[in-house]
Amino acid sequence: MFVRVRGIVQGVGFRPFIYQLAHRYQLGGWVRNDSNGVEIDAAGHAEQIDRFLRDISAKAPPLARIDEMDVLDRKFSPVECFTIVKSDGEQSRSTLIAPDVCTCDDCFRELNDPLNRRYRYPFINCTHCGPRYTIIKDIPYDRDKTTMGSFAMCPACRKEYEDPMDRRFHAQPNACWECGPRVWLETPAGRKVAEGDDAVLRSVRHLETGSILAVKGLGGFHLAVHAGDEGAVNRLRSRKVREEKPFAVMFCSVDAVKEVCLVNAEEEVLLTGLQRPIVLLKIRADKAGSVIAPSVAPHNRFLGAFLPYTPLHFLLFEGCSYDALVMTSGNRSDEPIVMTNEDARERLKDIADYFLFHDRDIHMRCDDSVTRVLHGKPRPMRRARGYVPLPVFLREPVPPVLGVGAELKNTICLTRGREAFLSQHIGDLENLETLNSFEHVISHLERILEIQPECVVHDLHPDYLSTQWALGQKGLQRLAVQHHHAHIASVAAEQKLTGPLLGLALDGTGFGTDGTLWGGEILRVDGHRFERLGHLRHVPLPGGSKAIKEPWRMALAYLWSIDPRNCEETFAHVVERWSVQNRRILVQMLERRVNSPLTSSCGRLFDAVSALIGLRDSVTYEGQAAIELEQVMEADDGSYEGIVTREQETLILDPYPMVAEVAGEVKRKQGVGIISARFHNGLVNLLSEGIRRAREDTGLNRVAMSGGVFQNAYLFDKLHSELMQQGFQVYSHMEVPTNDACIALGQAYIGADWLMLRS
Amino acid sequence: MESMTVQLDQGSGGRATHELVQDLFIQSFRNEYLLEMNDSALVNVGNGQIAMTTDSYVVDPVIFPGGNIGSLAVHGTVNDLAMRGARPLYMTAGFILEEGLSLETLGEIVSSMAAAAREANVFIVAGDTKVVPRGKADKIFINTSGVGVVPPGVRVGGQYAEPGDAVLINGTIGDHGMAVLCKREGLAFENEIRSDSASLNGLVEKMLEVCPQIHVLRDPTRGGVATTLNEIAEQSHVGIRLEEEALPVREDVAGACEILGLDPLYVANEGKVLVFVPARCMKSVLRVMRDHPLGRNACKIGETVSNDAGRVFLRTRIGGHRLLDMLRGEQLPRIC
Ligand SMILES: [Fe+3]
Ligand SMILES: [Mg+2]
Ligand SMILES: [Zn+2]
Ligand SMILES: [Zn+2]
Repeated sequence: MFVRVRGIVQGVGFRPFIYQLAHRYQLGGWVRNDSNGVEIDAAGHAEQIDRFLRDISAKAPPLARIDEMDVLDRKFSPVECFTIVKSDGEQSRSTLIAPDVCTCDDCFRELNDPLNRRYRYPFINCTHCGPRYTIIKDIPYDRDKTTMGSFAMCPACRKEYEDPMDRRFHAQPNACWECGPRVWLETPAGRKVAEGDDAVLRSVRHLETGSILAVKGLGGFHLAVHAGDEGAVNRLRSRKVREEKPFAVMFCSVDAVKEVCLVNAEEEVLLTGLQRPIVLLKIRADKAGSVIAPSVAPHNRFLGAFLPYTPLHFLLFEGCSYDALVMTSGNRSDEPIVMTNEDARERLKDIADYFLFHDRDIHMRCDDSVTRVLHGKPRPMRRARGYVPLPVFLREPVPPVLGVGAELKNTICLTRGREAFLSQHIGDLENLETLNSFEHVISHLERILEIQPECVVHDLHPDYLSTQWALGQKGLQRLAVQHHHAHIASVAAEQKLTGPLLGLALDGTGFGTDGTLWGGEILRVDGHRFERLGHLRHVPLPGGSKAIKEPWRMALAYLWSIDPRNCEETFAHVVERWSVQNRRILVQMLERRVNSPLTSSCGRLFDAVSALIGLRDSVTYEGQAAIELEQVMEADDGSYEGIVTREQETLILDPYPMVAEVAGEVKRKQGVGIISARFHNGLVNLLSEGIRRAREDTGLNRVAMSGGVFQNAYLFDKLHSELMQQGFQVYSHMEVPTNDACIALGQAYIGADWLMLRS
Repeated sequence: MESMTVQLDQGSGGRATHELVQDLFIQSFRNEYLLEMNDSALVNVGNGQIAMTTDSYVVDPVIFPGGNIGSLAVHGTVNDLAMRGARPLYMTAGFILEEGLSLETLGEIVSSMAAAAREANVFIVAGDTKVVPRGKADKIFINTSGVGVVPPGVRVGGQYAEPGDAVLINGTIGDHGMAVLCKREGLAFENEIRSDSASLNGLVEKMLEVCPQIHVLRDPTRGGVATTLNEIAEQSHVGIRLEEEALPVREDVAGACEILGLDPLYVANEGKVLVFVPARCMKSVLRVMRDHPLGRNACKIGETVSNDAGRVFLRTRIGGHRLLDMLRGEQLPRIC
């Protein structure tokens, strides 16, 4: 019998697994890596063979993923034993590379076993766990092509590495105290103060007393600080120049998380899964503030919580007095996460009190993933460590295409057959450092996945740095794709949809085909073609990107649009909060259309309401006004109604009446929690009415939802249910984020469709 | 959606203009002088070198705080010559007048032109006048051309920046663009913002006296400092790093930019010069600049680097490096 297995089956302990199975069922034959996966030739009792085959899929190693398994009956000359055969040629690049995953239970046991030779060794790992993607420099996946290449294995490690019955058989990052990477503790002045286990023990003491530690991790540095120490957390905020954006918190255990947050079954699965993402959880009202200092997540009912995932993390939670550490990415605000020791010394010297370094290099930067459960399903908000470089599987094979993503929360995407490789979160491209990282990720992924794209797809916005980069690529076909078309297409891509469908893109701002800024769109999307069926009514964006950072401008822009002649008198009770001088200039800007491009953005509508009711006049991080508007909501069934009208063929979803009502409620001193609820409810009505009208016009019954605004749990949930109730088939993101991190996937999908239709 | 007609942003001075000039004019007229892409061309006449340039002025409003279209038409062309290290000598002026333009306004414009020419020591030696029916032009358009001589030993141009150069400017940025914008839109700020429009040939002459090795002189007009530096970075294949802390911006200009949501780095100047000098000459050049009335606020704003060739970036107050790209047209938000 001959078996061919495809998927993630190399570098994950698959051959020893087969070897051990064959021994259990007393089969003869061999197993080897081949260019497309693993090949097995085996003979024995028919019954045993059946069990063997069943076990291959049922008991595969944790990191393995079997996508295809072909079994061929074949004459086989029985042999006594079963062997692992060396692969003849080079490993192929068409196999998949595993992501980095958390320390497995076996390794964890050894870590805590005083009699084990790796007791408290911070880099313990095996074929089932540890670093992969972040240490691979090139393929095939062999030790000398990883950043472990510089560590020569000691005899004991080598023995494990070469023994097919050992769980460290061909574990490329295999190491121990004797031969592997080391940790040490350094001061910002560059003085080494402790090494080895002593460095870890000292780190724990420093964290207990409120020091800020830069800790080198798997895909970059973290800045760690005692999560219950308000003074220390504030110190971190001011040094990192991060005013209010919530920090993620690493807890020592699931139980510790449950002390602070509400955790349902799905969330617990996510928290404790192999990928160990940060999970966004609701803070328990009764417990807020006890374990977690108030400035960890100000004005927020949610907390990003995660569990230790490297041996070093586990050790930092050994024998300590704290249950939780703020673990935020080691960077200065807006820059990519720091990856090298040298860079950390330079860029984190004014932030960290101590550096817990190690000498295993990180080749690929990879942030922590962030996810949450919405509508009963896990939804990624940032897809990186633990998930990348696993592909999103497409419905059918497509030509090789590169999507270069948007400007903020940039990711890139490369396609190969049915696989779409969406990169890890790269960041906001306005920075030189991020742009360099963007280029590095593209060239690295092209190399290790062996993809030479035929076409590069970019956003329609002429000034996105990703667009600029794409325009500079010579000799490649190029395609510009509208931002929200890409949003909707990314849902179609991951949900394997084909044919025309309705798209509801609720977003910040994206460049539209008419030169205005879109962001509240009803589209008809059919592969690389789309049509704009409707949108939120336009409003000026006074001051361009300034209006995005200062929601009070959006509030005034709406009020002025509602009543251009007398807005300052009509809405005196609202506008008087803002300085007369600023107000006057802003109204002049609106009247004269000075730097006030038109937008149909849904995110900006949230901003306007948030400012109108006095929550947020300016923001310190993206989406803050909308997030806080959602967070203050109280239960209420009322709603402020907008209207759907038509301009020529286009549906206009008009929220002006809603905004006017909000202003009226403010005058009546209605509570912000109630206003928020009624606004949300009204918006759901307006949007579902718009979609219903679009269905009448087109006969399409499938709706895909995408865009940053869908990170609003209440809106997402309620709209989802409402549309389902109206008989729509509703599709939303489950594999990639709904924010701009999905753009690259949508671009690649559209580019591939465009190429296929041209040829 | 490529449009088949000329678009407004192709005249913004940003990337769209750049592309139009590159793809159409440079392609069609193609010659070594034009390919240099400098403010004026250096051509050999007899044994010497002269600089030649031309520029059209279409500003709205025609009269603004600190100047008018007439003085601007002289300053702009004088400066384009000065930016090659040339001594401006002669100019021509062509006028396209809209029917109905008040003669008083025209008189004011012409007399300030004359005054500006006198001040800059140039003669307006030829001219042309056309009148077009109402609505076919906006009040008055002026075209000026100029020639000047390049002193021997001077070699200045956008292609000569070298890694390690200091990047200097003679004063605050964004004044002209904001003065014109505020006047045009009737935006009433507490202080009236005045244009910096001025002829820089006197200042440049002094600078070249102490440092003939100046690599680049360039006036950051349309598109502002950021766009101009992008052109230089591209021409010279260097990276340019600016220091946010060091950027001189008048308080009133900064305030107006803040509320209008504009970045002063992309706002036009008409009396400013960006200077690239070898680091060792920096001090002496800065000294003569500061001694000159048009350079009292002169300072170093950045330097060139060998990494990241072709890119311009700003080291921000918190230490990050924000890319300053050449924009296509308006400053449209890139935030999603
Ligand atoms: Fe978006
Ligand atoms: Mg000029
Ligand atoms: Zn393990
Ligand atoms: Zn060892």
